[in-house]
Amino acid sequence: MAPHDHDHDHHHDHGHGSELSETQLRVRALETVLTEKGYVDPAALDLIIETYETKVGPHNGARVVAKAWSDPAFKRALLEDASAAVRTMGHESRVGDHLVAVENTPQLHNMIVCTLCSCYPWEVLGLPPVWYKSAPYRSRAVKDPRGVLADVGIKLSKDTQIRVWDSTAETRFIVLPMRPAGTEGWSEERLAQLVTRDSMIGTGLPKKPEEVA
Amino acid sequence: MDGVHDMGGMDGFGKVEPEPNEPPFHARWEGRVLALQRSMGYAGAWHIDNSRAAQELLPPPVYLTASYYQRWALAMERNVIERGLAGPDELAAGHALRPGKPLKRKLTPEVIKEGLTRGSFYRQAQAPARFKPGDRVRTRNIHPPTHTRLPRYARGRVGTVELVHGCHAFPDAVATDRGDDPQWLYTVVFESRELWGPDADPTLKVSIDAFEPYLDPA
Repeated sequence: MAPHDHDHDHHHDHGHGSELSETQLRVRALETVLTEKGYVDPAALDLIIETYETKVGPHNGARVVAKAWSDPAFKRALLEDASAAVRTMGHESRVGDHLVAVENTPQLHNMIVCTLCSCYPWEVLGLPPVWYKSAPYRSRAVKDPRGVLADVGIKLSKDTQIRVWDSTAETRFIVLPMRPAGTEGWSEERLAQLVTRDSMIGTGLPKKPEEVA
Repeated sequence: MDGVHDMGGMDGFGKVEPEPNEPPFHARWEGRVLALQRSMGYAGAWHIDNSRAAQELLPPPVYLTASYYQRWALAMERNVIERGLAGPDELAAGHALRPGKPLKRKLTPEVIKEGLTRGSFYRQAQAPARFKPGDRVRTRNIHPPTHTRLPRYARGRVGTVELVHGCHAFPDAVATDRGDDPQWLYTVVFESRELWGPDADPTLKVSIDAFEPYLDPA
């Protein structure tokens, strides 16, 4: 599995199927050996992949945020103990014990990173995007978060305090973004459409009301 | 270990470039790698910190150029071999040549819900917590050659305890097969100037989650 064997992080498998890369062959060998040894069940592997492809994703976190925007008691519970609060919502990938929700305010913007590897709140956001796991984000988020935000087109007021949470243990963080103005009286379902993945990482903001139907 | 994985504060890696409409996996084998990792973890073959440690031991040029799931696969091969779960000859052959070793349990479709639930890292406290929110602490200036979760940019720095997360399995011990060695875990927040010097953005604060052995009273 030499690194040059793989184009880079944006490699796509176009399914031509004629030429198997060294990586594909090595992963296939690993799976076959672990299966024949009796350690893993290929049917369970299929279900895990299906779960992360179709069931667990940022829509889970968007429901949490929309509920917090709509229900002050839930918001208090979420900020007090996010694991317990999210557990009441019955997500597909059930939340563990160590989720913490951090609230954005007009004075404070929160951002989440894992400088050491790729820790990310899978239960509520699904699998992390490539950029979150990449060297540019991991290196700069803790030192130059405004530069990172500029890369993705976000400019905060120079007076806004920025708090970066480096996920160095098993605690996982989710940002509770600010509810956009002009959404008074919206249902939770409608509000959830405004909540982007990146707004829950802190590298984006929720959509504006006019951006959703 | 002081490896290239410990990236916080390094310069020169370039811009953050999101990919529009990014799929969960960019190739079928990536999903297989993730699912294998999850299954072997459920089976008790190794802990997540063993997996992280094995990635950190990749030579720096490999770590920096391999894709994310390639790193996972390389780390998995290392753990499989080091723990005697399969031999290099078997991985090369692409087939088992000997029977497997007994593992704690097996992830099957019947228990998939349990397998997809994140495990708890809480452990029984061995002593009262040494620190409380508001306490000033200094992180230790440690450089263990083995796995640690105290990033270099936050060593020897003074910060404030903000949250107490309970008592957790200690990665530095788990990764070196010394058991859970439970330790109190704290969110410690630092002023940007403490980390990055007088020219740092004064509106920035950065926190890490620090295990008690990383901390002294300040």
